[in-house]
Amino acid sequence: MDRKRRTMDGSGIRQALSMMNERGSGEGAGYVAYGVYPDYRDCYALHVFFDNVRENKDVVDATLEQWGTIEHDEAIPTYDQPNLRAVHTPWRYFFKPDPSLAPASTSPEDDIVSALVMRVNTARRGALIFSSGKNVGVFKAGGWPEEVADFYRIEDYEGYTWLAHNRYPTNTPGWWGGAHPFNLLGWSVVHNGEITSYGTNRRYIESLGYTCTMYTDTEVVAYLIDLLVRRHGLDLDLAVRALAPPFWEEIDRMPEAEREWNRALRLTYAPAMMNGPFAIVAADADTMVGFTDRSKLRPMVVGECADRLYISSEEAAIRAMEPKVESITMPAAGEPVIGRVAP
Amino acid sequence: MTIGSLPSRYRISIDPVRCMECERCIENCPYGVFRRDGDRILVNSRNCTACHRCIACCPRDAISLEEHPCDYRSHPIWTREAREAIYNQARTGRIILAGMGNALDYPVIFDRLVLDACQVTNPSLDPLREPIELRTHIGKKLAKLDLRRRENGDIELRTALTPNLRVETPIMIGHMSYGAISLNAQMAMARAAKETGTFMGTGEGGLHSALYPYQDRMIVQVASGRFGVNIDYLERGAAIEIKIGQGAKPGIGGHLPGEKVCEEVSRTRMIPLGSDAISPAPHHDIYSIEDLAQLVRALKEATEWKKPVFVKIAAVHNVAAIAAGIARSPADAVVIDGFRGGTGAAPRVFRDHVGIPIEAAVASVDKKLRDQGIRNEVSVIASGGIRGSADVAKTIALGADAVYIGTAALVAMGCRVCGNCYRGLCPWGIATQRPDLVQRLNPDAASEQVANLIRAWTLELAELLGAAGINSIESLRGNRDRLRGYMLDESLMQVLDVRQVGA
Repeated sequence: MDRKRRTMDGSGIRQALSMMNERGSGEGAGYVAYGVYPDYRDCYALHVFFDNVRENKDVVDATLEQWGTIEHDEAIPTYDQPNLRAVHTPWRYFFKPDPSLAPASTSPEDDIVSALVMRVNTARRGALIFSSGKNVGVFKAGGWPEEVADFYRIEDYEGYTWLAHNRYPTNTPGWWGGAHPFNLLGWSVVHNGEITSYGTNRRYIESLGYTCTMYTDTEVVAYLIDLLVRRHGLDLDLAVRALAPPFWEEIDRMPEAEREWNRALRLTYAPAMMNGPFAIVAADADTMVGFTDRSKLRPMVVGECADRLYISSEEAAIRAMEPKVESITMPAAGEPVIGRVAP
Repeated sequence: MTIGSLPSRYRISIDPVRCMECERCIENCPYGVFRRDGDRILVNSRNCTACHRCIACCPRDAISLEEHPCDYRSHPIWTREAREAIYNQARTGRIILAGMGNALDYPVIFDRLVLDACQVTNPSLDPLREPIELRTHIGKKLAKLDLRRRENGDIELRTALTPNLRVETPIMIGHMSYGAISLNAQMAMARAAKETGTFMGTGEGGLHSALYPYQDRMIVQVASGRFGVNIDYLERGAAIEIKIGQGAKPGIGGHLPGEKVCEEVSRTRMIPLGSDAISPAPHHDIYSIEDLAQLVRALKEATEWKKPVFVKIAAVHNVAAIAAGIARSPADAVVIDGFRGGTGAAPRVFRDHVGIPIEAAVASVDKKLRDQGIRNEVSVIASGGIRGSADVAKTIALGADAVYIGTAALVAMGCRVCGNCYRGLCPWGIATQRPDLVQRLNPDAASEQVANLIRAWTLELAELLGAAGINSIESLRGNRDRLRGYMLDESLMQVLDVRQVGA
């Protein structure tokens, strides 16, 4: 992340991610960049995987037109790679929802778009919306990180915040939808780990109107952050605290007022709490946050250099991107690292 | 002779070589199985209930017990129980009474569910080295929190929490009334609850003054008979529970035989000495769900909204919808009692044939509350046939917040599940008020045993959680992904929302 919103092209993060190839298996990788669509900054950029453009696109077109205006749409440019089999056609729409169609909502545009995402993805008719925010785009596929980067020519994109992920899948090998980052509206998530509380988290989030469609635990993180931050209005650090709360032992030792709100947070969001080993980095247009599980069973390293903030599983990746990095730190378990861009 | 005498259920025999004629068996058997005749001890096996008191007391292991020494001609439909029930009713023209829980041979769903553990892709946790949290809060929760950051950076909690019970382990002791069980038994469990950071129910028999020192660990019950209920009683409890129904006998009230209503019981229950304490089937002020909500509010109002109020229902076919109705009232927790729940006395036809198993009831209640988006706002306590820590873990994974144990706590005090509680002659001093029998139960030793049981299950729960890579109990709650069904039929797995082994 560049806190001054100075953009970086994708070559740096491609290089950084390639340092950690032994953490992957060549079956999935992905990138997300904020600030990539300045010309359409007021539109929701919907990235869609079509199984078959001819068969599946009409349905998506019709659905979107029911709920707003498609300002522009096109195939996402891709470049064949020898070892990457293009099983989907990535497409992008720049879409403006009609807020008058959700009159009861306080955030009608977001609500329309998130409902459309859930609907299209649940219908499973050869179309999967995997990116749906404004001025942000997810680029992912099955393959090694460099192949996926070259498939999209990631160096052609300029963003001020980038997340990237290299996958070693166990649940859903080969499926492009299962690659990270996961995105809903403004929020994107990359995740190393396995959420042992997934069954609880999924049932909670689904009882509040979300639908999990990607067959993998990471997507609940995106939805939980959306719920806590957008719908419940919690500050990001409090949302993270709800997801990875302090142990009761620590809460018991806190001064009274602090103890009270921490207790309230744990009680209210008990089903949102995430268990199991994880390191997660999430971002939206203004923020980037990294945090681990309460016992820090997965690594997380933070680097800083002037306006740049780096969060990674390995220091090597940070140094590949920023050889002159000024500080390297390892946050304590559960302690969030939050970066914000200047307004 | 028309029916004549039936085959004896048990045969007791004494090995004359081993017997030293100490007469402990004679002293200990309140059912009159043993008597002395000259230099021999004679046995009347027909009186035996298989309570094992004699066997436990015999210093020489001279007594042996055999079940069904002489059986009927075997028949798949006309079982011994079916035939004997008919002989019994042909003679008496009455309802057959029975004790303890459901005795029919229904499949036990718990035993067809298996738990999960981590391998490689995520590490299992070691409770000896890492914290595993079992603390549970029973009570109303908020749907969302209003937390604001003040100018100085402090966080301000702008929504008030309603009182919750803080339980250090999700194992609580259910309601067994003074009257049904002895004061010593209640004392033992109350001490154990205090020691292990959990709670126990008073049952509908009021709160004896000897239990006042433990009142902050007691949940006081308000049942249809209103026995022992006054404002002092309500204020003493840590929480209040309205009992609508009981798993062992859904749809009917309670019955404490007059023989068990001694002076102390009479005072505590506020009923005449020696009178049968019969609580009516319905609460006569609750004829609809809104009446229940009114009673919940009335109890809260009476105790200045300081105490959580639970509502206990028997697990019946429509349990999910009923629970959803309760969740909409100001009630803090729904207690669901499955058809295996124990009892001191129930008509056998109810005990064995009415209601549904707790596993299915919890699963459907949890689902219904989730479908309505209110699951986390109310607690769910499950009871009825919880036999070990695995049952606890499975119940929580199916969607409960905590469990009540009943029979298991009695067994920890020596109960042999002989099922004759309603006769008031419990040789273990548990389900009796006869002073000489009551004093057989030492509350100090018994409380240690109950506390040990809760501690042991709590340790096992921590191990099970750790193995599943979970360090806090709330992440197991409703986490049915960590269960698999083994030899369960597909429709039941749909109700339980679990996949089958291998899937």
